[in-house]
Amino acid sequence: MAARVAEEWLNACSGCEISLVDMGERLLDVLQLVDFVHIPVLMDHKYYGQLGDGRHLSIPEADVGIISGSVRNTEHLEVAHEMRKQCKLIIAIGTCATHGGIPALVNTFTNDEIMGRYYSTETTDRPDDFPSQGLPELLDRCYALDEKIPVDVYLPGCPPHSDQVFAALAGLLTGQPAALPDRSVCDTCPTIREGKGQVKKLRRFLQSPQYRSDEPLDRMRCLLEQGVLCMGPVTRAGCGGDKIDPRCISARVPCRGCYGPVKQNGNQMLGMLNALASNGIDVKSLPEIPSLLRFSGAHGRLRPAHKKEN
Amino acid sequence: MARTINISPITRIEGHAAIKIQLDDDGNVADSKVHFMSLRGFEKFVEGKPAEELPRIVNRICGICPWHHHLASNKAVDGCFGVTPPRAGQKLRELMQTIAHAEDKLLHFFFLAAADFVIGPDADYAARNVIGIAKANPELAGKVVKMRQMAKMILEKFAGKAIHPVAGVVGGFAKPLLEADRKEILAQMEELLEFALFTIEFAKTQVFPNYLDAVQTIGVINTGFIGTVHDDGSLNLYHGKIRMMKPDSTYTDFDPADYTDYIGEHVEPYSFGKMPYARFWNEGFSLDLDAPKGIYRSNCLARINVADRISTPKAQAELEEFREKFGRPAQATLLYHWARLIEEVYACEHAIELLNDPEITDPNIRVPAEPKAGRGVGCVEAPRGTLIHDYSTDENGLITRANMIVGTTHNLGPINMSVHQAAKTLIHDGHVDEGILNRVEMAVRAYDP
Repeated sequence: MAARVAEEWLNACSGCEISLVDMGERLLDVLQLVDFVHIPVLMDHKYYGQLGDGRHLSIPEADVGIISGSVRNTEHLEVAHEMRKQCKLIIAIGTCATHGGIPALVNTFTNDEIMGRYYSTETTDRPDDFPSQGLPELLDRCYALDEKIPVDVYLPGCPPHSDQVFAALAGLLTGQPAALPDRSVCDTCPTIREGKGQVKKLRRFLQSPQYRSDEPLDRMRCLLEQGVLCMGPVTRAGCGGDKIDPRCISARVPCRGCYGPVKQNGNQMLGMLNALASNGIDVKSLPEIPSLLRFSGAHGRLRPAHKKEN
Repeated sequence: MARTINISPITRIEGHAAIKIQLDDDGNVADSKVHFMSLRGFEKFVEGKPAEELPRIVNRICGICPWHHHLASNKAVDGCFGVTPPRAGQKLRELMQTIAHAEDKLLHFFFLAAADFVIGPDADYAARNVIGIAKANPELAGKVVKMRQMAKMILEKFAGKAIHPVAGVVGGFAKPLLEADRKEILAQMEELLEFALFTIEFAKTQVFPNYLDAVQTIGVINTGFIGTVHDDGSLNLYHGKIRMMKPDSTYTDFDPADYTDYIGEHVEPYSFGKMPYARFWNEGFSLDLDAPKGIYRSNCLARINVADRISTPKAQAELEEFREKFGRPAQATLLYHWARLIEEVYACEHAIELLNDPEITDPNIRVPAEPKAGRGVGCVEAPRGTLIHDYSTDENGLITRANMIVGTTHNLGPINMSVHQAAKTLIHDGHVDEGILNRVEMAVRAYDP
């Protein structure tokens, strides 16, 4: 019998859903094994009944619930609770769900600062009040999913590679859940590392690194050893999918940490600062620090800067 | 008795929105609202970040069109730091953007929209979707999945990441295109062009003819349009001047850098999403169906309306046939689906043009940049419309101010109008059923928000 699957996106961009769709021909195999009962991006099941006359938000029962996105407003919260109630197992898919993701950069500002700027840009006709009619309320900040409901399986990535989405679904259906390795991007990166000591300062990524375009990745010097910030040491491996090579490095640009910390509860900022300091690299050469948490700013890691009182 | 119909969530679109329709005591439509529920605050939280990092942050605004945010952002950062990428760097950016357009339109037509036409607007919701199409027509589904995957793999194989790309960099592009890769991508794009031509023919012969009534009734409104055109007035997705056309087909062209002189953003109390309007028309803002003020639309139908012509032969032939039938500007909302497939042909043809350009394999792809104080406005045509990123930096090259006008938002006002029109046309005497409510949503889906 096909497994019943419900899918939801919360404070999300739809990249995870597109990664699901991008499984290619494997998608058609998955559709043979999976019975989607609710997935707003592809299917018209409605929260309040198909005639829009229900009073309570409801999602059908399912064996597996897949949730992308962080929790940022009261509707996300309501949907997350309903999914938890109706699904036997919850998969947090994508780094927004597992660690807050890019939208958790919002946590360095207050809601008033965020709304204040958005509704006063140079092109905006400033309203007297911020919009609220028929709209969910913002929570005080942006939360990872497991800060609000228990999560059974974590599948980080921005987005997770289609290979891993497929492996996770196939694994669940065969009773063997696939887990990402507790390895770092560096552990899977083929670039040449010669050792510590030469780089004292990091430079910003404003010019091309040294490499020959007709040579494969394993002939390029490690970007960190070329003096460019690369988050590989503190980022979970897997972005290359079955192909293994890290994707950003393949494009000859440094890793920025999109798979989140190597271990689920790791701290990419502290880890990176330690890694730099222990290699004798001056951390003051970074243009700013909070960006080291740009993918993992939930769980209370990013907070509004302390404002001096006038 | 008066009541409210709550269509939530709007499905088979990208993002979070809901429709509320108020019926009066006689069961007729008194009012309707479309609530756009996303508010993430990118304009604020990028402040203080190194500008060169923004193309890798703001691409997360949208997982369906990350290439367009990535590249508009790259252009804006180039402007802040005062650098001009080498021609090959610019062309590689444009090639990636054009291929991203090609895969996006297949996604929308087949995965999101087609079920309403191929399975039918009244079909049970459990079957009225891409899964239903896969079961009803496995051969077509197999082909669609294969073609989309091929386009995505071109982007991933060459540029590392297809979703949330990284290969556009300040000063140009991160890696050159090698001759062997060029040949391989060219062959794949030729196959994709064949499929684009098959798709539009399939739609014109087997899909659209069955829905000509719906085209005339669902979501029809009368508005202006926005899009980017080349200096010679032809359609351009990557660079050029912005053209805003009034409903009477007169138009104004302007440099994207001057956008604040032309576009305003109105705020309604029921939508987090702001509603851009043509401020320079000096008529204010109104969503009144009979007398809209300042309202224009974006995305494919808008672009092919404002363009004088299309520079590639097969897409131009399709445009001529379309204009012959529907005039210029064409206003019927469901014609977005047709316009999208014309642009699909253009995107494939134009990618092939770029791949045949000898400069595309030039290894000179990036110039170095220095952080500095400045301002840059970057603009591209995202699938959903004219996309503007506008940044200022301080002397350390950190962002001090950012404003973004995102493609879909141009259509938020018009979507409200189309929903209101569809609801009023379709709902009478309190009678609603799933098919009627789905037709109201079809008025939204055409815009691919």
